Parts: sequence; structure tokens; C-alpha cells
Amino acid sequence: MAFGPFLLLALMEGLVTAAILALAAAGLSLVFGVMRVVNVAHGEFYMLGAVLAWAVTTMFPGPPALAFLAAVIIAPLVVAALAAAADGLILKRLNYDPEATIVATIGLLYILQQAALSLYGPNANPVTAPFEWRIQLPWFGYSGYKLFVVAAAGLVLLALWQFMTRTKAGLVMRATQVDRSTAQAFGINVDRVYMGTFALGAGLAALAGVLIVPIQQAQYLMGHDPLLLSFIVVIIGGLGSLRGTLIAALIIGLSDGVISMFFTPTLAKILATLLVAMVLVFRPQGLFGAKA
Amino acid sequence: MKVWTLHLALLAVLFTAQFWLSPYHATNLARIMVLAVFAMGYNLAFGYTGLLSLGHALLLAAGMYAAGLPAQLWGWTAGPALIAGLAGGGLMAAALGLLALRTAGVSFMIVTLMFAQAGFLTLLYFAPITGGDDGFAVAAASRTLLGFDLSTDTPRFLAALTIFAAGLLASLVLVRSSFGRTMVAMRENEERSRMLGYNPFTVKLAALTISGLYAGAAGAAYAILFGYVGASFATIQYSILPMLYVLMGGAGTTLGPFLGALLMFVLIEAATGVTTAHQFIVGAALVVLILFAPKGLLGTLRERWVRWLP
Repeated sequence: MAFGPFLLLALMEGLVTAAILALAAAGLSLVFGVMRVVNVAHGEFYMLGAVLAWAVTTMFPGPPALAFLAAVIIAPLVVAALAAAADGLILKRLNYDPEATIVATIGLLYILQQAALSLYGPNANPVTAPFEWRIQLPWFGYSGYKLFVVAAAGLVLLALWQFMTRTKAGLVMRATQVDRSTAQAFGINVDRVYMGTFALGAGLAALAGVLIVPIQQAQYLMGHDPLLLSFIVVIIGGLGSLRGTLIAALIIGLSDGVISMFFTPTLAKILATLLVAMVLVFRPQGLFGAKA
Repeated sequence: MKVWTLHLALLAVLFTAQFWLSPYHATNLARIMVLAVFAMGYNLAFGYTGLLSLGHALLLAAGMYAAGLPAQLWGWTAGPALIAGLAGGGLMAAALGLLALRTAGVSFMIVTLMFAQAGFLTLLYFAPITGGDDGFAVAAASRTLLGFDLSTDTPRFLAALTIFAAGLLASLVLVRSSFGRTMVAMRENEERSRMLGYNPFTVKLAALTISGLYAGAAGAAYAILFGYVGASFATIQYSILPMLYVLMGGAGTTLGPFLGALLMFVLIEAATGVTTAHQFIVGAALVVLILFAPKGLLGTLRERWVRWLP
């Protein structure tokens, strides 16, 4: 294959990574922005989404497309409910103290990972894509499902953006983000906003997990890489800024696709991790952060 | 006086433990004491200075490889290797601190986590030298100190106890010194201590470096006493463990880290018969501690009854 088509393939793979990453990172960013909670268990919600997608599609009797549709709806809802419960049982009692919640979500990470290992097992299991459809380009064929993932992620993010900017619930969430106590003084039930935000963030991660699972098999350790990458995206984009998160996800996803085609993935990860740490040290508001 | 008696009594009990414990349990206790040194270092940063780091595995691994690699490549003996490990942990901590201490709170946690992850990946990247995930065994020739073979039970136990005792007594002296009080001042109110003329950056850097010396010593001791060096000690898990030990025993207490390490070890050992879900126990312990006993066992004890506990 010539260089041009090869680069195109790398960019397309990068776009898929970027789409999944944007979904997961948007959830992390939302939770951090509104609640000031760094959710270390975020990657496990992603993993749970994938594992539940496998469970739903395996148990669902109908054709693959319907089974997948069921997974897309059920898995994020279950994960969101779980997250809401975790919020009420753990995070709320800690008064959302930033450092205590990190310790608690580390504990949650271990619990969820162990639960997946005990109930689901250590093996990776595939999920069949809802449709088999290949696009034939002049140089190579490309999976239509991957393009569907990009489109679906784009739609969900657009809907999220509309929700945050156009609806009452979004307004309430943004008001809580800006000033928690003033929002409370205006009669906003901050506890409910927090619970909803945490559930929404987890649901987005789970949805990303469901969408990726036909491409990448479901496994109990799969939450680790997206967690780190989501952190990177959220930090580069500026903690709590949704627009920055999207731009950063595109940059990281595309460069990840290209770099891992041409260099060893370990070296790429080392450089990316160091770069992000340096960004946090020297430009804590992120590359696109609004406030100085 | 009471304080010194208590600490020396603990060391005396630990010394006799080799006579009444089975060799299997004595080896476990040696392991616990080495891990407790690591946790004591973590406690000096987190419990006393208020630096909640998620990257201490980097410091442990720095000490471990600084001791293990020269032993492996150039056949260093245990003495120089241990000193190299001590220096490796301290230097790595100082370098980490120079960068990471420009941030605070949540950013500090993420930055230390990121640097530790980069360190872990670097170990994997240089797998031909470091052995990567598999690691390597330290040659028997490098595990001798002053003519004693540290791979045998009694010298190993005594070496672990010596390092533990040195670490414990040093931390006791440190936290009761004026510098120790400055560390606590940073934890309690950084702005106020700055107004009183202390430089928070240098105090925190010094505390983190001392913490790194402990981590480095523990890593080196682990490599020499148990004869294994591997990248798994650089994973996030080994940044979480000392935090768990300290939280359980009591952050900001001198004996808390050892008590936490001991209890956690016993807990997992006891649970092994019932379930293999070790991670679940670690996770549940973290959640329960942070929810119901954020001060840990000794911290609660000190608050309620034993005010003089250091």
C-alpha cells in the first residue's frame, strides 16, 4: 500500500478512537466540571458498558441488529443506575471532598473490576456487529460499522451539547457548576443534580464501551487505557470544558492512530503521558482552558 | 518517655517474633516490615505534610532498580546496592517534587499518577535491560551483607527488622523535631505558615525527598531480601497500597503504617480461604475507611483516648 492510503487508513482508525474517547472523556469532564470529583472509576464504567453489552446480546433472542439496539439502551441505563447508587451511598457522604472522593473511587475501581472478573471471567468475548457492511475504497475495504460509531458518537455529543445549552436541566447543571451554594439558595436540589450528573457521566462512558465492543472484545481490564486517555483528553482540553474536551479528543485520537501506526505504542504512550503531566505542571488550566 | 518505651517495646516484640513464628510467617513478617518502611515514607508525605501522592510506586521502583540493576549488571553486593537504592529513591523523589510540587491538591495527585505511569511504561520499553513485566531474579552473590547470606531466613528477618527499626525511629525523631512541626503546619494551613516565614515549596520538597528515601530503601530491601525485581512494582497498585496501609493504620501516626500493613496482610491472608477476590477486599477497605474512619485506627484511638500517641 502506498503512503497516502496508508495515512488515510491511520487517520480513519484515529477518528474511531477519537469518537470513543470523546464520549468517555465528555462524561469524565462533565463529572469533574459540575461536581469537582475526579472519578478514577470512570474506566470501569466503560468496561461495564462493554461487558453488559456482551451479556445483553448473548441473552437477547432476536437478530443481531435488535440485540445490539437493546444493548445500546440497557447497558448505559444499568451503569447509570449503578453510578447513581454509588453517588448516594459513597460520594454524597464524603461531601464531595476532592481528595476523599479520589480515594473512594479508587476503591470503587477495585470493587467493580473484581466484580467483573468474578462474574464475567478473565476471558475476552466478542460481540457481533449489528450489521455487516464494508465500504470498498480504491485501496482497501473499510468496516462500515466503524464509520457508524463515529457518526453515532457525533450525534450523541451534539445531543449532549444541546442538552447542556438548551434545556432547563442543562441550565441547572451549569448553574451548579458555576456556584453550588448560590444554586442551592435558588432552590435547586444540588444533591439530585450531582446524582444525575454522575449517572450521566457514567452512562456516557458505558455507551462508549457498548459502541467499541464489536470492534474490540469485552474484557475486564479494558477500562484501564480509556481512563488514562480520558484523563489526558480532559486535562489537555481544560478540566471541565466540554468544547476543549472535544478538540483534545480529536487531537489525541488522530495522533494516537497515526503514531501507533508508525511507532511502537509504548514509546507513544510514554511521550503522551509525560507531555500531559508537563501540561498540568506548567499550564494547569489546560491548552484550551478559558480561565487563567 | 512513654513514646520511646512504646516504640522500643514494639521493636523488641518484633525481634522475638522470629523465635515463636513459623519460618513461613516470619518471612511474611519480614515482607510486611519492608512494605511498612515504604508506607512510613508515604505517611511522612501524606499523613504529616498533606501531600496525597498517587505516584509512590515510581519511588519504590526507583530504589528497587537502583539496587537491582547494578547487582545484576556489575555484581554489586548488598551494601552498596542498598545505598544506591536509598539514593535512587531520594533523587527520584526530588526530581518528581521539583515538577509536581508546582501543583497542589487534585492536580498533584494526577501529575504524580502520570509520572509514575510514564516510569512504569519506561521500564516496559527498556525490557531487554529491566526484564519488563517478568523482571529478573537478583543473583545470590549480590545478596550477601558483611558475610551474611540474606537469602536465608534469620539474616533476612534481622536485616528487615534493622531497616524497619531505623526507619521507625528516624520518623519518630523527625516528626517530633521542629521540622516535623513545620511539615504539619504545611498540612494544616499552608498560607499561614507562609506568612510566618516558611517557604512551603522547600518544606514540601524536603518532606517528599525524605519520603522518597524511605520508598527507595524499601524497594532496595525488597530486591535484596526477596531476590526479585520487576516492573509490576511500578504499577499504580503499588501507589495505592501504601495509601491503603496509612489510611487503615492512621495517617499522621508513627506506628500507623506498620499496623495498617500488618492488618491488611492478615485480612487478605484470612480471606484467602473464603474467596480469591483480593481486589474486592482492597477496594472495600478503601471505601469503608474513607467513609467511616478517615483517621484510621491509631488516629481514632489518639483522638478519643490516647492523646500522647505520636
